[in-house]
Order: sequence, then C-alpha cells, then structure tokens
Amino acid sequence: MATKTIRVDYLARIEGEGALDLEVSDGRVTSAQLRIFEPPRFFEAFLRGRSYLETPDIVARICGICPIAYQMSAVHAIENAFGASVGGQLRALRRLIYCGEWIESHALHVVMLHAPDFLGYPDGIRMARDHGDAVRNGLALKKAGNELIRVLGGREIHPVNVKPGGFHRVSHPRELLPVAEILKRASELARDLVRWVATFPFPDFTSNYEFVALRHPDEYPFNEGRLVSNRGIDVDIRDYDGEFEERHVAHSTALHSVVKRRGAYLVGPLARYALNFDRLPPPIQALAGEAGLGPVCRNPFQSIIVRALEIVYACEEALRLIAGYEPPDAASVPLTPRTSTGFGCTEAPRGICWHRYDFEADGTIRTARIVPPTSQNQPSIEADLAAVATAFLDQPDETIRDRCEQSIRNYDPCISCSAHFLKLSVHRT
Amino acid sequence: MAERKRPRLAVWKFASCDGCQLSLLDCEDELLALAGVIDIANFPEASKAVEDGPYDLSLVEGSITTAHDAERIRTVREQSKHLITIGACATVGGIQALRNFADVKDFIAAVYASPQYISTLATSTPISAHVPVDFELRGCPINKVQLLEVISAFLAGRRPAVAAHSVCVECKQRGTVCVMVQGTPCLGPVTHAGCGAICPSFRRGCYGCYGPMETPNTAALAREWQALGAAPRDIRRAFRSFNAAAEPFLRESESHGD
Repeated sequence: MATKTIRVDYLARIEGEGALDLEVSDGRVTSAQLRIFEPPRFFEAFLRGRSYLETPDIVARICGICPIAYQMSAVHAIENAFGASVGGQLRALRRLIYCGEWIESHALHVVMLHAPDFLGYPDGIRMARDHGDAVRNGLALKKAGNELIRVLGGREIHPVNVKPGGFHRVSHPRELLPVAEILKRASELARDLVRWVATFPFPDFTSNYEFVALRHPDEYPFNEGRLVSNRGIDVDIRDYDGEFEERHVAHSTALHSVVKRRGAYLVGPLARYALNFDRLPPPIQALAGEAGLGPVCRNPFQSIIVRALEIVYACEEALRLIAGYEPPDAASVPLTPRTSTGFGCTEAPRGICWHRYDFEADGTIRTARIVPPTSQNQPSIEADLAAVATAFLDQPDETIRDRCEQSIRNYDPCISCSAHFLKLSVHRT
Repeated sequence: MAERKRPRLAVWKFASCDGCQLSLLDCEDELLALAGVIDIANFPEASKAVEDGPYDLSLVEGSITTAHDAERIRTVREQSKHLITIGACATVGGIQALRNFADVKDFIAAVYASPQYISTLATSTPISAHVPVDFELRGCPINKVQLLEVISAFLAGRRPAVAAHSVCVECKQRGTVCVMVQGTPCLGPVTHAGCGAICPSFRRGCYGCYGPMETPNTAALAREWQALGAAPRDIRRAFRSFNAAAEPFLRESESHGD
C-alpha cells in the first residue's frame, strides 16, 4: 500500500510549537511521536549562580499561564532546603492565590480552548456567535480567578508578591471582601459550566492510565502531599527520582518522564480527581454524579468536566479561606540559607510541577531541576494519539487530524513550559 | 449596507512564556468587542482558523534563539504592514538572553542528556536585531491596558500614548511611599513605567521587568544601592534579569563583580 502523508500546519489553541508523526501499518497506528520544537530557554542552566531570593520571580517566567505553580513549587523547595515551614494564614494565602490560578487557567482552557472542539467551532470567539452567554460567563469566571491573583499578587501574569518564606505584603481583609462577592457569583457560573460541558458529545474512549498526583491527609491537593499513584506509588516528594525518570528523546525539546518500572503515567485533573475524590466536599461529589461521572474518570475527553468541577472546588475553597482569614502578624517567616538540597512539588492546573535545588551556604543556587507537568504527560499523550488515530483510521485525514488535535488539548498542554504548529504526518505502509 | 472591511490582526510566538499574548485573552471585558472591530486572522494560541496574510498588524512575542526562527521572523515582517513587539523577550531578548553571557554549550549540557538533539543559537536576540519594528511595547509581562492602547493607536493611524518616564513617577501618581527611603533597594528610578508601580505597592523594590527608561542614570542608582548595603553581586544580579541585554542594564551589570 502506498505511503500517505497529511500535513497539518498548526496545532491551534495550545501554548507552543509541535508536530505529530503517525506510522500506520495493517490498519493500526504503530507509532505516534509528538515532536516539540519549542525553542529551549535553559532555565535550569541560568538559575545556577542566582540567589534563592530571586528564584520565584525567575521561575514564574517559565509559563505565563501558570506562573503561580512555578513560584509555589520553588518557595516550598527553598523552605524545605533551609528547614523552615510556612503555616497558618500564610499557608492559607498561598492556597488562596493557587485557587485563583486554577480558576483562570481552567476557565480559559474549558471555555475558550477546549469547548470549541466539541461544538465544532475554530475558537471561542466564533463560538460566541451561537453560544454568547456560555462564552461571556466563561470569561467572567476567568476574570474572577485573575482578580484573586491580582489582589493577592499584584498582577495576573507573573505576580510579584510571592517570596520565599511567605509574601512581601499580606492583604487586608477589606481587600478580600469584594473578591468574595465576585467568587460567590463565579461559583454559580462554574456549576452551570459543569452542567453545560456534561452535555457535550464524548467519544467512547477510555485508557487504563497510571494516575499520579499529590495526596494530602485532609485536603484536595494544591501545595502539599505525598506523591501517589493508583498502582502503588506512595512516596515523599523527595523520592521522585526513585520512582520516575526523565528521558531525552530525539524528537522533542521537552524531556519525557516515565515511571521507571512501568512507563507512561498521567498527571493533571483526571489524576487528581481519581486519587482524591474522597477529599472533595460532598456537594461537589454530588455535582460530579449529576454530570455523569463516578469517582474515577478514564475518558480523557471528559477531562473538560473534571476541570469545570475543579473550578467549582477552587471557588468554594477560596470562599472558605477568605471567610476564615485573619491577617498574620508577619508577612513572611525568616529564612536562614545553608548548604542544602530542597524539594518542592505542587499541583499546577495541568498536573504536578516538581522542583529540586541545591544551594550553597549563602543561598546561591548550585543546581536546579524542574519537571513541568507537560513533559510528564507527553508519553501518555503519544499513547492516546496512537489509540485515537487507530479508532479513526477509516475516516478522512481531516477527521483524524481534528481528533488528534482534540486529544492533545485533552491534556491542556502548556508546551511552552518545555508548542501551536502541529505538523501531522501520517505514514501509511 | 456592505460591511466595512476590518483590519486584520496576527499574533506570533517565538521563544517566550506565552504570557504577553495571553494578555490579549486576559482582556475579558474587551475581547468580544475587539473581535467585532478587528479580524483576528492568525492567533494560533486562541484559534485553529488561521488565515493567510498579509496582515495590517502583527503582534510579535518572544525572542530569536534558533536559525529557523531567524528565517521565520522575516516572513512575518514581509506579510505585516505594521509589526509591534510585545514584551521583554521580543523587545530585548528576555530572561533567556542570560545565555549571551555564557557558553550555550554549557547551558545545553546542563539541561539535556543528549546535546546533539538540540539545535539553538548562541544568543537570544530581540526582533529589532532581525527586521524593522514599528513599535516596541515593554514589560515582562506587558500591561494589557497598554496593549489595547497600542492596538487602538495603530488602527487609528496615530502613535501610541505610552509614557517613557520611570516607575518613580507612577509611585508618585498612586501615592506610594518611596521604598528606597525606607531602606529597600529599588530599580524604579531607572526602570521604564507601564506596570503601574506594582512592586513598591507591595513593599518591595522594583526589579526592573519593564527594562530601562529613557536616559537612565544607572551608575547613580548603583551608588545608592551600595549605600543601602547591596553587595556588587546583588547589583550585578539585579541588572541581569528579564532585560539583561538592554544596553543601559547590560553596561551597568558589567561594572559590578560577581
């Protein structure tokens, strides 16, 4: 049979640049390679020789969509290295600003980037011609998350207030009260969003993922917890290297992470949800049931429902934190640098973001390692692409391409943290 | 009545974090109205409906760090009536320009197990080093209100009203007490306005993410920093961040030891 090649010039609505090569033989996709061309920016190299004090501002620049995730993993790693712990209202404020990032990032992805796939529009703006209220409500949700970040962090993108040990300045309760009013409405909008996305047509597709997420004794995870999986991993974050390894493959500038003993794994909303369903408040569990989800969801296309549920959770959690807020006496805890190694791992909207730093006695970084969520998901994305493309091989190339693009968007990949131009090549032999 | 032809907008990404183009999507209240008056013809982060050029206005995010991107920016320029850079990466090379001070081979080896798979240039350079640029909007990240002003100005055929004074003026405008007089080193006196003086309002010194203002006296500021107890290495680090390759910051960083 002749070899056939389809070229797709753009992978739209993804942050970054990539291409997809599919090898097809005897009616099956035998290989799917997502090639990422995002130009490397070498953060782990130029962090060497910088001060721990500069680190939250520098690592924020890895990703304009989830800067808080990078800041939080960094400050936890720094405090871990220097033997400090941040508790009480400072800890609550960190959780609160993270709620803001989940709301803005998830709302952007669910409404403006992912929903158009299901309803057959090229983008959220054109979708607004027929679904005006849904898009306007989605933008209102996104704005609510951004407002929370702006009040606590100074600005939506690369906020300035996070520092090792806490914050530069803590908010006055009167600054938070207007945000609480916005969040009450946002929580209602988010519930409507769950019900709306639950009506979308979902392909009958499931995958037997190894889910990996943080798990905390009593909270749905943001900043802290043990690293767990549904196949028996349960380790301290400092033992990440015992269970996982990063591989450098020729076709991508993003390193690929795998579970050493097994291979591909999944991080992000589906993993968090499956491993922490019992940590969700009962009304949100009930809403999940109403949306047709059990305690575990293995259909990656339904990740859009889980993201919407997490927006509801983040709004409710933010309201709870604001209601219990009393300004702490000090905006940060004092830190004393020392020769040390520290680990931080937090739940970025798209999955765990793991950091490790070695410090010199004065707090200068000797080495830095940062494992972003998308590089961890890349082997799972490739496995999904092979399976999805196989299921659609009898369809026109245009359909295969659209389904592959949609499959990639299921992961909300932030390929700039490690891609927009997907060149799809299907090699049929 | 025939519909008036809307100007065509394109948004391009080079080496960057996506934060500056996200600023356009962060205009939650204005986005749908904006899409009514301009044709968002090419914005891959937001849409898979990508239309061919030419474009009336191109917004360019990111710096040039690969041979492929050095070619790509030329084709962007050829298709664009006006080309505006958005943010510190596109305007001065961004944080990734820290490679300009090192051997990029060392950088590759520090991050990647198989350096032979990585193709990159030795430097991160701004768009203006490769093609003519009609306007440069500063900031890491840009201010979305300024972005809307720049888009409106170019569509109306006027220069954007973007002040070139220092962050100090913005502190005075918002009534923030100077953090330097309280003993906190601050880059505000030499940093281009535009952010709204956010850092001092959070009781920290400005860290220069909007790059140098017009005619900054960086040497005088460095002396003030020393008087406040900053070590040479602190001063060198401060000038060597998100706008490290901007000429006044580059020169000042070189006069302080590591």
